[in-house]
Amino acid sequence: MNLYEQQTANRRKTWLIMLAFIGFLLFLGAGFDALYIGEAGGFVPVGSLLALTVGSVSSAMSYFAGDRAVLLATAAKPVEELAATATDDEKLKLQRLSNVVDEMAIAAGIPRPRVYVVPDADPNAFATGRGPGKSSIAVTRGLLDALDRDELQGVVAHEMSHIRNLDVRLMTIVAALVGTAALLSEWARRGMMSGGGSRRRSSRDRDGDGGGGAAGLIFFAIWAIAIVIAPFVVQALAMMVSRKREYLADASGAELTRNPMGLARALEKIESAVAPTQSINRGSAHLCIADPLGRSVNLKEGFWSDLFASHPPMTARIAALKDMAFQGRT
Amino acid sequence: MMIIIFVAVVALLVFWIIGSYNRLVGMRNQVLNGWRQIDVQLKRRHDLIPNLVNSVRGSMDFERDTLTAVMDARAKALTATGPADAAQKEGQLTQALGRLIAVAENYPTLKSNDSVRTLMEELTGTENKVGFARQFYNDIVTKFNTAQQVFPTNLFAAAFGFKPAELFEITDAAERDAPVVDLSRR
Repeated sequence: MNLYEQQTANRRKTWLIMLAFIGFLLFLGAGFDALYIGEAGGFVPVGSLLALTVGSVSSAMSYFAGDRAVLLATAAKPVEELAATATDDEKLKLQRLSNVVDEMAIAAGIPRPRVYVVPDADPNAFATGRGPGKSSIAVTRGLLDALDRDELQGVVAHEMSHIRNLDVRLMTIVAALVGTAALLSEWARRGMMSGGGSRRRSSRDRDGDGGGGAAGLIFFAIWAIAIVIAPFVVQALAMMVSRKREYLADASGAELTRNPMGLARALEKIESAVAPTQSINRGSAHLCIADPLGRSVNLKEGFWSDLFASHPPMTARIAALKDMAFQGRT
Repeated sequence: MMIIIFVAVVALLVFWIIGSYNRLVGMRNQVLNGWRQIDVQLKRRHDLIPNLVNSVRGSMDFERDTLTAVMDARAKALTATGPADAAQKEGQLTQALGRLIAVAENYPTLKSNDSVRTLMEELTGTENKVGFARQFYNDIVTKFNTAQQVFPTNLFAAAFGFKPAELFEITDAAERDAPVVDLSRR
């Protein structure tokens, strides 16, 4: 896949996911309408409209605030702010990071993203934002300390590719939708628990129609199950999207630096640091260059890993990069 | 009926030419922008060199030749016009700087000096930026030139005043295998 195919694929996926999400919102609302409003006789789909409005507004808000929220949650600081108070040795490292980001932005031909440092001793890095010109790259303190210039360049190139390929946009949208889905299904579940009893009583009072009740019950059951599993489905979707992106970002990162071994060595160092990255939580795991949680599900490939792992196995990624370096030499 | 078909074909042709023309204009602007990127980095490099030479001069007194070579190459590079000429002169400057960095490696007092280390990092960064800007520029120039030369765009590209852009190429064979020196590597 070349750059334009990747961008097109990401744009298409973005639309598909958004359509599926609108479908989910309508389903959620329609169920609510059928259960609470429809039987009362009036036909104003309050539930559908409410779900659609709340869902859209909440998603849009998390989409536009998503990168800031992630950076805030990880306590990331802008590199310029840190450099102002750093010691000489620190300053050199920060300057190096800033230079490397400049270099990779030039190589990728996109505006320079903002650069942040996360105060965490475990080496890791992530990119977030809404596409070129509206994105940020964050690396941990530990990454700055552990990697040399070439390795740092490899990692930054990987993150830069995520931005250029519009992966960050897709990921920010997915994250926003996951949050909204969780919120709405939580509301619906609470609504069910508090309102379920009274509804059953009132419907029995009103009509003794057994057939309609059974069909309604089945619909209600499906609806209830859908609400409970929705957040997991969306999460699995995010993971599946994320895994494929990592290989592509490795490859296009190597294309930017023309030095696959830099990233390969960086990944080896990142992997050998076994401690989980404390300051990055589960919600933003799929943004990182390596799984910050150190879960064993990321070690192998297969059906379950496809569903739940955010990253392909590190050994496979390193092998692919070394292969690239070998091909480049011959 | 014939007239309708004829008009339709002509209309299609006109639309296609407009589309191709606009695409070429877009690419030409990208090329110009790519060149400006290189230019910015080359200027940065020119501004950095006097500082660097001044700060290492004291410790490297007997390497006067290396330092003069850098300053001479810089003076020449300042007079360059157009990508091909600049590529050649800047190539010599890159070479001279590479030698300076390699020689500076042998002076422990320089390597432990913070301001020199900062300057060296800036220089390494700028060298890389020049390299990556060149890589990006050459990629889009190649795309732009190919788009002009393929059939059937080549039939009208020249008539609209499109010219193949110059690559920013290293012409000097010696520069091609100039050592890549990276001070930050331990």
